[in-house]
Amino acid sequence: MRYLPKSPAERQQMLAAIGIKTAEELFSSIPEAYRLKKPLNLPGPYSEQEIIEYFQARAAENSAGYTSFLGAGVYNHLRSVVTDTIIQRGEFLTSYTPYQAEITQGTLQAIFEFQTLMCQLTGQEVANASMYDGSTATTEAVLMAERVTSRRRVLVGRSVHPEYREVLRTYAKNSGLHVEEISYTAMGTLDEKALQSALREDVCAVVVQSPNFFGVIESPAALAKITQAAGALLVVAVAEGVSLGAVKPPAEADIVAMEGQSFGLAPSYGGPYVGVVASREKYVRQMPGRLAGQTTDREARRGFVLTLATREQHIRREKATSNICTNQALCALAATVHLTLLGKEGLREQAEQNLSKAHFALAELEKIPGVKRTFPGPFFNEFAVEFPKSVRIVNADLLREKIVGPYVLGTAYPELSKNALVCVTETTTRGEIERFVAGVRKSITEAK
Amino acid sequence: MSYPTQFRYSKDHEWIEVKGDVATVGITDYAQSELGDVVFVEMPAVGTQVVTGKSFGSVESVKAVSDIYAPASGEVVEANGGLKDKPEAINTDPHGTGWLIKMKLANPAEVAALMDAAAYETYIAEKKKEASA
Amino acid sequence: MSERIKKATRQTNQNEGLIFEKSSPGKRAFELPPLDVPAADPAKALGEAHRRGGVEGFPEVSEIEVIRHFTRLSTWNYAIDLGMYPLGSCTMKYNPRVNEFVARLNGIATEHPYQPQELSQGCLKVLQLLEKCLLEITGMDAITLQPAAGAQGELTGLLLIRAHHTKNGNPRKKVLIPDSAHGTNPATAVIAGYEVENIKSNAEGQVDLAHLREQVTPDVAALMLTNPSTLGIFEQQIPQIAEVLHAKGALLYMDGANMNALAGITKPGDLGVDVMHLNLHKTFSTPHGGGGPGAGPVAMKKILEPYLPVPVLAEKEGGRLALDFQRKDSIGRVRAFVGNFGVLVRALAYILAYGPGLRQATEDAVMNANYIRKGLEDAFDLPYTKPSMHEVVFSDAIQKKNGVSTMDIAKRLIDYGFHPYTTAFPLIVPGALMIEPTESESIEELDLFIDAMKSIALEATETPDLVKTAPHTTRVRRLDEVGAARKPILRWKPSGKRSEAAD
Repeated sequence: MRYLPKSPAERQQMLAAIGIKTAEELFSSIPEAYRLKKPLNLPGPYSEQEIIEYFQARAAENSAGYTSFLGAGVYNHLRSVVTDTIIQRGEFLTSYTPYQAEITQGTLQAIFEFQTLMCQLTGQEVANASMYDGSTATTEAVLMAERVTSRRRVLVGRSVHPEYREVLRTYAKNSGLHVEEISYTAMGTLDEKALQSALREDVCAVVVQSPNFFGVIESPAALAKITQAAGALLVVAVAEGVSLGAVKPPAEADIVAMEGQSFGLAPSYGGPYVGVVASREKYVRQMPGRLAGQTTDREARRGFVLTLATREQHIRREKATSNICTNQALCALAATVHLTLLGKEGLREQAEQNLSKAHFALAELEKIPGVKRTFPGPFFNEFAVEFPKSVRIVNADLLREKIVGPYVLGTAYPELSKNALVCVTETTTRGEIERFVAGVRKSITEAK
Repeated sequence: MSYPTQFRYSKDHEWIEVKGDVATVGITDYAQSELGDVVFVEMPAVGTQVVTGKSFGSVESVKAVSDIYAPASGEVVEANGGLKDKPEAINTDPHGTGWLIKMKLANPAEVAALMDAAAYETYIAEKKKEASA
Repeated sequence: MSERIKKATRQTNQNEGLIFEKSSPGKRAFELPPLDVPAADPAKALGEAHRRGGVEGFPEVSEIEVIRHFTRLSTWNYAIDLGMYPLGSCTMKYNPRVNEFVARLNGIATEHPYQPQELSQGCLKVLQLLEKCLLEITGMDAITLQPAAGAQGELTGLLLIRAHHTKNGNPRKKVLIPDSAHGTNPATAVIAGYEVENIKSNAEGQVDLAHLREQVTPDVAALMLTNPSTLGIFEQQIPQIAEVLHAKGALLYMDGANMNALAGITKPGDLGVDVMHLNLHKTFSTPHGGGGPGAGPVAMKKILEPYLPVPVLAEKEGGRLALDFQRKDSIGRVRAFVGNFGVLVRALAYILAYGPGLRQATEDAVMNANYIRKGLEDAFDLPYTKPSMHEVVFSDAIQKKNGVSTMDIAKRLIDYGFHPYTTAFPLIVPGALMIEPTESESIEELDLFIDAMKSIALEATETPDLVKTAPHTTRVRRLDEVGAARKPILRWKPSGKRSEAAD
């Protein structure tokens, strides 16, 4: 087997050194009756070429050749070949969690840079590195708010990603946390009146997403005022990080929970991505996940170490801030390289291209009789539109044109059954937008 | 470091000094040396009721967290705010500026039942012997 | 001393500051294709109140500077690609490169989780085949691939157990966890709403059955058992432990972190385990990447299947695959979307490379651990003498007499060209040296390691200070962790004030 560095003679030599005759004897502590008598029934062994062919065949059964207008928490953005080149360096790819700081300064400094970039993006003072994804980061942010306030009720906007809310409910169910949902207005934003009346003295956190699931930008500053006046913490989830290149960051929030997929990570059918929790410095000891800190060695050279580890499970065990152990270090590294490549101007330009293209697409769609924008609130690169017919039927027609149509809002919002969530990024060309609009027009105007 | 004779000591390595109806509580020199460099102290808010033998806070070193157990019951009247910026006081002056809380005792008789300095020194000598065995 | 150090030689490496310190306005490392639609005015489109002109403090550098920056940082890391990484309990094995290649294919990396299922049959087939393989390896009946990592797998497993007990009328209160367990176990139990009760290992590092019988009350929901234990010892009475639990209606959870000792040799399903998680980044070789990403599938017996997290993969008529979101007894989601698909792809590629030959990898892993044990048992104290599986745990009891601790030995190992073993774990061995070589090491590398460890043992008596002040050859010496924790500096700030030690 090509991954195993031993010849049969070497194996014999090693068994002899150990003082046994057969490999079977290595397993003498497993009761005989439970040892397998026949080989595992698995496909393989495959050569490298066969493995590649297997996955190429699977890839061909997917969506290659289609143009997509899906967003809803996962975004197609440009990714530089530089990012992938860097993260495939063995020194990053095949290194462990940097507990031994002297020989992992590369990973540690990169994490420190990641934390800095995340603070700059979100307008927060500290950021961790990292959580599994945006959904679990949002849940962990709520649990953090619960620890800070010692309160047990959380108010979450219905305009927050439906799957983020589902994850929150799964975690909350057994920890005595009560989850209550707050409706959205005709503008497509969180209903502040409903929020006001639901804010009681047992609320630990208000969770809002911006841009929200409908693509509409919320007003974190105003929501923070209302929330903090009631002694609760405002958690702002950011599912589309690129928006922060053009949209004011939720600096007034107490905690920001971000999905970093947009920063150089492929959609990859749902993961791996990278989540971030960022917050005010005063809450850092209640923050989950890893943190790298700057320090010096005995010869006064600057260096970095994992710090504030007493918050974590391996020390505090059942009293830890979270059970998270693995983080998403390599994804965080990809995001760091990606954002460094883009830089200040690149991210701004990318964000503004998203803005321009999405607004262009909406304007084109609105020219179709019967198509209208669902929510008038300001948006970034995603917007909801209402079709005069079922979105599923329109999408089925689009599929024949090799277009993967928009997200069907009726899936998670029965009241929006004729509404679609359209996403357009810098990767979508004008030609593709026009083809999509033509497809929608044809589907809608065509006789049933 | 010597163990002041006016203090009483608990088996959990806390010291307590009673002056009038207010007692000051800290961790002993032995406790701080076992824990190593203290980096953070978590303390109760003023007004908290602490209960004998129950944890009322924690002391953290880089790689360990130790609960602090109340040597007697009572109400917290003051927490040592100076430890926020200088947690190292617990290492350098555990029986003085490194004190943790002042409390109003619920039952002053509890304190009399704790070890005096001589008994505590014998107690930790035993502990040290066990550890090196 | 240097003639004793055979694997490594000193090498110059490059200094490099923080990327923010290299920034100069106007430099760019990335250019976008020109905008092909009319430009929207951000102030108008977003409203002045929402508009941001750019991210203050973001670096402005060129492409070559980005490449050099991160390449220089990378050279400061140790990695499996450089040599043995004997971290006990972490299973740092070779990460095959073809796995990276297939995870990046067009049609694999490019797929959106919400695209129509008829355009996702390839992804779903990958998931289905991986499920089948993992069920065969574990001997279980059903599986979810959704959990993002081992700790999330543990949570999923406990939520399944809770759902099962709740369905039977009472969720129960306690989860039993041996004192040798990994810290995630107790932390997870608490999130699942359970109290933790520790059970003590006996003198041989095994669960004490008689005690266990007393501890399994009707309040106990489950026992979380790591097998082989963190001492690297196979829990021989596991079928009996399962019986004790089942007799009281409690379930057996197995932490599969150490599955690398069992794959192809025995199946946890046959041993009476009801539910377990697997760490794909351990046994199934997906790269650790400096701490993640991982994946923590959870395999279970039939009785727990109704509670699987959604979505559940289902085979419809004609072999068409679909994701089923409607399951009335489901515990819900633990993560958005189907899971860390890219990690799952790599794990499947690994399994396909071996096929039934996985057994050989397991044999080699256990053989390597025992070879090290044999090589070092005269130089280091072995507190538990039961046969070792994939890892061996020594203690620093001998070296401690000269004031040399496991941490000192670990740091000295760095000078010898190796990554340290695990030092602070398991908690039941004071001064533990937890060594897991995995199957990826050749005799040559193992001999160098044994040689290095013996040499350090000698140094511990001859020149203990040399060991206590190690490492001596790295670009930074031991770092001030106390200072880092007392006054945390967790981000760079553009104060203009560079630390005096800036490179």
